[in-house]
Amino acid sequence: MGAAWLQFVASGLTTGAIYALVALGFTIVFNASGAINFAQGEFVMVGGMSAATLAAAGVPLPLAILLAVAVAVIVALVIERVAIAPARHAGTVTLIIITIGVSLFLRGLAQLVWGKGVFRLPAFSGEEPIAIAGATLLPQSLWVLGGATVAVLALRYFYGRTLAGKAMLATAFNRLAAQLVGINTRAVLFASFGLAALLGAVGGVLIAPIAFTSYDAGIMLGLKGFAAAMLGGLGSFPGAVLGGLVLGLLEGLGAGFVSSAYKDAIAFVVILAVLFFLPGGFLGARSSDRV
Amino acid sequence: MTLLAVQGLSKSFGGLKAIDGVDLRFEQGSVHSIIGPNGAGKTSLINMLSGIYRPSAGSIALEGRELAGQPAHRFAAAGIARTFQNLQVFFNMTALENVMTGRHLRERHSLAAALLRTPALQRGEAESRRCARELLRLVGLCGQEDTRADAMPYGALKRLEIARALATEPRLLLLDEPAAGLNATEAREIDTLIQRLAQGGTTIVLVEHNMALVMEVSDHIVVLDHGRKLTEGTPEEVSSHPGVIEAYLGAAEPALQDQAEAAHA
Amino acid sequence: MPAAATVSEAPAPARAWLARPRSGGTLLLAALVALAPLALPNNYAYEIAIQVALNAVVCIGLNLLIGYAGQISLGHAGFFALGGYASAILASRYGVPVWLSLPGACAVVGLLAWLLGRPTLRLKGHPLAMATLGLGVIISIAITTEDRWTGGPDGMQVPPLVLFGLAVQGEQVWYWITGALLVATVWLALNLIDSPNGRALRALHGSEVAAQTLGIDCARFKLQVFTLSAMLAALAGALTAHYAGFITPAKATFLHSVELVIMVVFGGMASVFGAVVGAAVMTVLPQLLTALKDYEMMVFGAVLVATMVLFPQGLVPTLARWWGGRPQ
Repeated sequence: MGAAWLQFVASGLTTGAIYALVALGFTIVFNASGAINFAQGEFVMVGGMSAATLAAAGVPLPLAILLAVAVAVIVALVIERVAIAPARHAGTVTLIIITIGVSLFLRGLAQLVWGKGVFRLPAFSGEEPIAIAGATLLPQSLWVLGGATVAVLALRYFYGRTLAGKAMLATAFNRLAAQLVGINTRAVLFASFGLAALLGAVGGVLIAPIAFTSYDAGIMLGLKGFAAAMLGGLGSFPGAVLGGLVLGLLEGLGAGFVSSAYKDAIAFVVILAVLFFLPGGFLGARSSDRV
Repeated sequence: MTLLAVQGLSKSFGGLKAIDGVDLRFEQGSVHSIIGPNGAGKTSLINMLSGIYRPSAGSIALEGRELAGQPAHRFAAAGIARTFQNLQVFFNMTALENVMTGRHLRERHSLAAALLRTPALQRGEAESRRCARELLRLVGLCGQEDTRADAMPYGALKRLEIARALATEPRLLLLDEPAAGLNATEAREIDTLIQRLAQGGTTIVLVEHNMALVMEVSDHIVVLDHGRKLTEGTPEEVSSHPGVIEAYLGAAEPALQDQAEAAHA
Repeated sequence: MPAAATVSEAPAPARAWLARPRSGGTLLLAALVALAPLALPNNYAYEIAIQVALNAVVCIGLNLLIGYAGQISLGHAGFFALGGYASAILASRYGVPVWLSLPGACAVVGLLAWLLGRPTLRLKGHPLAMATLGLGVIISIAITTEDRWTGGPDGMQVPPLVLFGLAVQGEQVWYWITGALLVATVWLALNLIDSPNGRALRALHGSEVAAQTLGIDCARFKLQVFTLSAMLAALAGALTAHYAGFITPAKATFLHSVELVIMVVFGGMASVFGAVVGAAVMTVLPQLLTALKDYEMMVFGAVLVATMVLFPQGLVPTLARWWGGRPQ
């Protein structure tokens, strides 16, 4: 019984780490624009798919990963310029619809470029499972957890220690005030998209060896990442990480002990439960309207 | 006759006590003003009297009926209406529709009747429209009926909110800084309107900073400071109360005070 | 009451009557529905028209919820599909005649929406969007998984609608049924908006706080419009199922929910005719794009982005504004 627990916890945390990265991407764009970027899942997909194609074409793995992430970031930056920036003053609903259009566009493009087939990236350091306390752990899981941790720490450093990062944080707190002190909020939005894509693509690359990736892999990942961000409290970075891990964990345990057919539904049942009892999420602000 | 009795009313936001143990009595048919420096808790008080905030402690009784803790729409049903310091006009409707919405409590809400537009509903609509027009005329917005609220100037919107509040046919009307942001002429218009409403028998509770308006219009003034009732009384009593002067202007430093006295000697 | 200037010689009261959306607009729509068959060349075109009408019915309900009451639902496809499956299951498994299973399905979905709506509508903004999204996805997964009832991912056969002993089949007949339903729904929606209930909805969108202080029980009205819009979606879903003869879980996906919201926003919020136009455009457009086959999704996404960038308020309100300040 203990081995089974450990197994489910390990796999849950692995997917949870990916959800955390996706959730962070949502949080970054939300903080910069107030809108939910429904194309976030597609950045994950582009990262994974590009890496898989490049690796299959013979490019050495580390280079393939780097290029794949770069592709995702470039795509995101182009999209920001073309589709997001022109509409940044429109209402949140309009922006959300635009990101939905972007996600459809990217998915359609992916379908065109890569077809409907399923792809896989070779594991970074071999496929041999590691045995720990009766449970088996894939080496790739360690890469996922490690990679996600590095990404989160790098993000913390960026926001806490660099001027660019602080400028982005300031914009998240109060866009008008940030503009008044000379921060270029347009550039912040631009950079936010790139950063969100970076995190998403890294997540996509990390998980591609374990879960197969395909042109529509972004949908569920995006939705669950969004749920994770909401779970932790939309707008909160630690919340996004916490939300992602908790969601992955609950999903892994639920799929293992309750029902694997309803695995995908678990995330949403959890989020519903939290929303009904804790609408701000775990770490969200409990605010009251000023009248 | 006491219309509204407030006892031991308190409101805390986390560690901050916005209102601390306030007792008030509002007499029917009079105009009451609540004044005090910024941060005294005036808006928190009004929000509790209209049911928007739930009090942390204390009671609010309208003609003996306890209201504290009930949802805001029950306060309205009991006969308390209000306007807002930060306009809460329905910008997605015309002026007439705004005021008609105020008639909600006097209208029937059968969903079937609304969907099918029964003759009874049409009669109700005509009646609401008539009352709303009447109120717009009362506040001086005659002819603005079909103007969308988001196209109206600030002063007109302040008056629109009053008309909308009046549409509920309230026993008690709470006006939260009705003259804020208005120039002298517009403030005088509000002044006249309030006096007219008071003469008509509506009980009014006014939160205001505009002292000229307050002194002109009030039968009774309550002074709040730091969430507590500092004093209350007639305009004359309150304006000469040393504590009130101190709350607004601060105590003079002893040295300066001597200088001032010497200068006046 | 909005009154657009018309260049007719009719006496003033008649002119004013025609200019009101409720009377003139509905009449225009009814005329369009009645005359459109003259322009429809083949059965395929009729099929599209039927789809447009049914999508428009859903969108009108959704528009009441999103545009007028200011709420959001990213899970309405769930109600649409549930309506279809409920009617199909009642008719095929329990032998309920379809003219009875249709309202039965609406009632079932209405009840579900009413029960789920109470806790859900306490939320606002993004949490509300997430909750409705979650509900829709859970419904979608449940439909796909419970294959003993629903036939699973491949869907199930749906018996045809039988009226007075005759099976209602064929594009022409369904066209008239759905066309009439559309005109009726438009009329009902316009009535609702110009009523105390309608003003209560718009008030809680305009300022929920102020609405409360006017005695409006916001929770009750939100629930009312949510349930109503769910039942309209269910009705459209059930009719779609009986028209097509089968139903699949694809009707319940998040993607479908999003399509519905896009139709509403694209056409224009707080506009019944905007909802109809949005449904029409968004239903016809993918059909035009099937010629592009592999490029379909891409082009659809690109068109969507371009339109929202150019018409951020939605198509109908932006066009209305261009035609000279006609109030919504």
